[in-house]
Amino acid sequence: MKKSLLISLVLVLAASFSIYAGGQSATTEVEQNNNVEVLHWWTSGGEAAALNVLKEDLETKGIEWTDSPVAGGGGTEAMTVLRSRATAGNPPVAVQMLGFDILDWAELGFLADLNEVAEAEGWDAVVPDALKKFSKYNGVWIAAPVNVHSTNWVWANKKICDELGIATPITSWDAYIEALDKVQASGRIALAHGGQAWQDATIFDGVVIAAGGPDFYKKSMIDLDPAALGSDTMLKAFEMMAQLSSYLDPNFSGRDWNLASAMVIEGQAAFQMMGDWAKGEFLNAGQVPGEDFVAFRTPGTQGTVTFNADQFVMFKVDESLKAAQNTLASAILSPSFQVAFNTVKGSVPARTDVSDSEFTIIGKNGMKELAEANAKGTLFGSMAHGHGAPASVKNAVYDVVTAHLNGQYDSATAVAELVKAVAAAQ
Amino acid sequence: MTIKETLKPNKAFEIAIVVLMILFAVFFLIPLYLMIVNAFKPLSEIRGGNMLALPIKASFDHWKTAWATAQIGVQATGLRPYFFNSIKMVIPSVLISTVMGSFSGFVLAKWRFKGDELLFGLILFGCFIPFQIVLIPTAKVLGILNLAGSTTGLILVHSVYGLGFTTLFFRNAYKTIPSEMVQAAQIDGSDFMGIFTRIILPLSAPVFVVSIIWQTTNIWNDFLFGASFGDATSQPMTVALNNLVSSSTGVKEYNVHFAGALLAAIPTLTIYFVSGRYFVRGLTSGSVKG
Amino acid sequence: MRVKTKRRLRKDDLVARSVLLPTVLLTMIFVYGFIAFTIYISFTNSKILPTFGWVGLQNYIKLFKLNHWHTALKNMAIFATLYIGISTILGLLLAIMIDLNKFSERVFRPVYLYPMAISFIVTGTAWKWFLDPGIGIEQIMHAWGFASFHFDWIKNSDFAIYTIVIAAVWQVSGYIMVIFLAGLRAIPHETIESAVVDGASVFTLYRKIIIPQLSASFLSVFVILGHMAIKSYDLVVALTSGGPGRATELPSTFMYSYTFTRNQMGVGAASAVFMLIVFGIIIIPYLKHQIKEDIS
Repeated sequence: MKKSLLISLVLVLAASFSIYAGGQSATTEVEQNNNVEVLHWWTSGGEAAALNVLKEDLETKGIEWTDSPVAGGGGTEAMTVLRSRATAGNPPVAVQMLGFDILDWAELGFLADLNEVAEAEGWDAVVPDALKKFSKYNGVWIAAPVNVHSTNWVWANKKICDELGIATPITSWDAYIEALDKVQASGRIALAHGGQAWQDATIFDGVVIAAGGPDFYKKSMIDLDPAALGSDTMLKAFEMMAQLSSYLDPNFSGRDWNLASAMVIEGQAAFQMMGDWAKGEFLNAGQVPGEDFVAFRTPGTQGTVTFNADQFVMFKVDESLKAAQNTLASAILSPSFQVAFNTVKGSVPARTDVSDSEFTIIGKNGMKELAEANAKGTLFGSMAHGHGAPASVKNAVYDVVTAHLNGQYDSATAVAELVKAVAAAQ
Repeated sequence: MTIKETLKPNKAFEIAIVVLMILFAVFFLIPLYLMIVNAFKPLSEIRGGNMLALPIKASFDHWKTAWATAQIGVQATGLRPYFFNSIKMVIPSVLISTVMGSFSGFVLAKWRFKGDELLFGLILFGCFIPFQIVLIPTAKVLGILNLAGSTTGLILVHSVYGLGFTTLFFRNAYKTIPSEMVQAAQIDGSDFMGIFTRIILPLSAPVFVVSIIWQTTNIWNDFLFGASFGDATSQPMTVALNNLVSSSTGVKEYNVHFAGALLAAIPTLTIYFVSGRYFVRGLTSGSVKG
Repeated sequence: MRVKTKRRLRKDDLVARSVLLPTVLLTMIFVYGFIAFTIYISFTNSKILPTFGWVGLQNYIKLFKLNHWHTALKNMAIFATLYIGISTILGLLLAIMIDLNKFSERVFRPVYLYPMAISFIVTGTAWKWFLDPGIGIEQIMHAWGFASFHFDWIKNSDFAIYTIVIAAVWQVSGYIMVIFLAGLRAIPHETIESAVVDGASVFTLYRKIIIPQLSASFLSVFVILGHMAIKSYDLVVALTSGGPGRATELPSTFMYSYTFTRNQMGVGAASAVFMLIVFGIIIIPYLKHQIKEDIS
């Protein structure tokens, strides 16, 4: 009697397991070969709406979209989830990814070969070289770039500038400091900023170029040359950062970037140094470019574009999903989707042969400057956004920049620490 | 006689205690108050006003949005589908880990054999392991078992990592049952399952409550395993809530965030409010005393 | 008769062991097997995912050269000491008060206990608001007329760690209170009566008689608080994300960031192993003591 109780208990447990096992998702089965699962972190607002454009486009092509969103700025949580999924052997069909992370995954052999689609649609000709560096590995296309954001922008409240007689666009660092002084003297916050490591680093991107020009940026942030990292020019860059820190309000630590944008929108602050995704915040608040707000390159960085590009990386999946995966990749790079998505998101298309007619004046300028920088060789990956160096180095730079901005290092110490940290991270 | 009856404190002392308890109550209630009050306010009031102020224009809309229409990813599904994913995951996990814990706790409490103390120590130490450490190897195992991305996989993971605690609770509780009772039953001819069902189980209600409450709370609130081992069909509500609250762009609809957060907390809050006194009773009867 | 009993007992031994077996097996694989795996990884060149190139102690050397790691360790010492100390004292105080005022229990117990039911993903935003000088308690105090009130700890590199302590203590004190409450109620009343009859004052009574009787509860409390201190991850991420800068980094967030965000899994594993060793050194003697005490 008691033994049978034990046995029946075991059977009940086994049965409950098998009930659930039967209902397991079909990502590894052959049946659903037109269902693509996409892992990303665009979970709200304009970005989710833009992604929905892709979803609906795919539906017209008979492909079903299974959404796997994991929020967390810049994709930190999503990347953790991806590691589990890849280790467990059931990676999603496509994953949103930035910069060097893509190459790291390619090196491990997880990514699919998209050359078939790429050649058929002539991607090599229309995607800028600096971008292709991250979309291709050993000559094989592994990702479909969605957009190009650039990071060295200043966003300004036009009304405040007009009131204080500040002429925009500001093109020299000294003029910028003068303008910041004027705003501060008027009782407002000069520079709106969110004290999170990536935001600190975004400013740093522009300041490094302003301190030493595009070649210095390349040598220090991309080639990671220790001499450049420890040079007097780098010291100048840190001193410029220290200068900027005197224009921040005391509550800047930990603030989200869109709340800093709100400070500019509402007139509490005059300037914000942020990438071009900020445009969406201004437009959503009903502001008119040129009247309520203007955007110009970080003073001293004109002619140089530091970029980051969201790409959908394609993972090696079961044969039955290959066709759907290729269709997804093709849809992402189609001119119509590139226009539809980027007008919503505030970024610039990843292909250079798309018409700019539907973009705002800021978008049009962005596209023009991207093409110019690409031609001139001053289009560089943004260090702050994982396109300058791999994640370990990027985070090492974050550590130093954020400690310096928060007053924990003086500029000379920061330079020394930078050299040490970058070396240790490689 | 209670401590109070023995001490017979005077009225002033008693009033002082009540005042102190009220002050502490305010401290404990502030975050909950903030969430509730601001879940009813329109965004204009949140931005403009004092966070502690009561809403001028209260509305349930944000709650409805959070439940059914908020954007969690590309789709605007609200928290509802994930809520049910969580329930499907939590109930079996709690049952399995509790049942296994009760058996294991019984054996460790009443059976003497070589290494029983060591075994208990080893199982207990398992309580302390941070989940990030086991994330990748667990993913590998789930992959091998073909359970990755499924609710079953999540149930397996949560059951396994709950065993340390449930075993601890039951072992400590069963230690207080006099060994003579067990021995007498054995001499009378009962076997293992007989003793368990006839002597142990009837005395186990309080410790079952403790174990169920602890496990339900921990598993319901887990984010890491749910995000890493769930896929679109099995992701629990914590993942959806994180998606709602941690989005990096767009207007932050704090009222929807708070409404969503409170909806997510309702099951565990209900359990604590309703069964709180059984919880205390369970602890009082010796389960976690030491 | 005796032979029959012996046979029955031995069969029960077998049943008992096989009942225990699944738990032991699962623990061996999922806890100790994986700990062994992590230890192995800490000696490899793993970056994004585990790879098996042996690098010896390199990760450990790298780890201890990092300022970041030293900050995390220092924060852990501060946080764990304050968290365990304050939660224990507050939990004990609340238990004593409720024990003295039984009618209040039904009202106050759920109020003190509920924070344990909620994760910090839920309450993180509320706490962040409340502690923010711009919109939180500092601003409220100013509005109420206390213009010189200052509370910007969460934005201050030196003080931010203490805000984490505040939120953590808030979450767990009610649970600790319940454990002590159970312990208080188990004290035999003769012990108390005889002490009062002997003329003990209230404070002496509590200090010399009642609190020592709670030693078993203290051990449980210590174990629970210790484990939560090690695991606190959600709390830090929700409140400060490790900031300002890296000022509130704890080993748990450090380990996560190096393993998953910074693609330096080898270093992350080394930090995890170190933490396990430190934690083992502290907790194993207590566990041994507790188990031995139970046997006697």
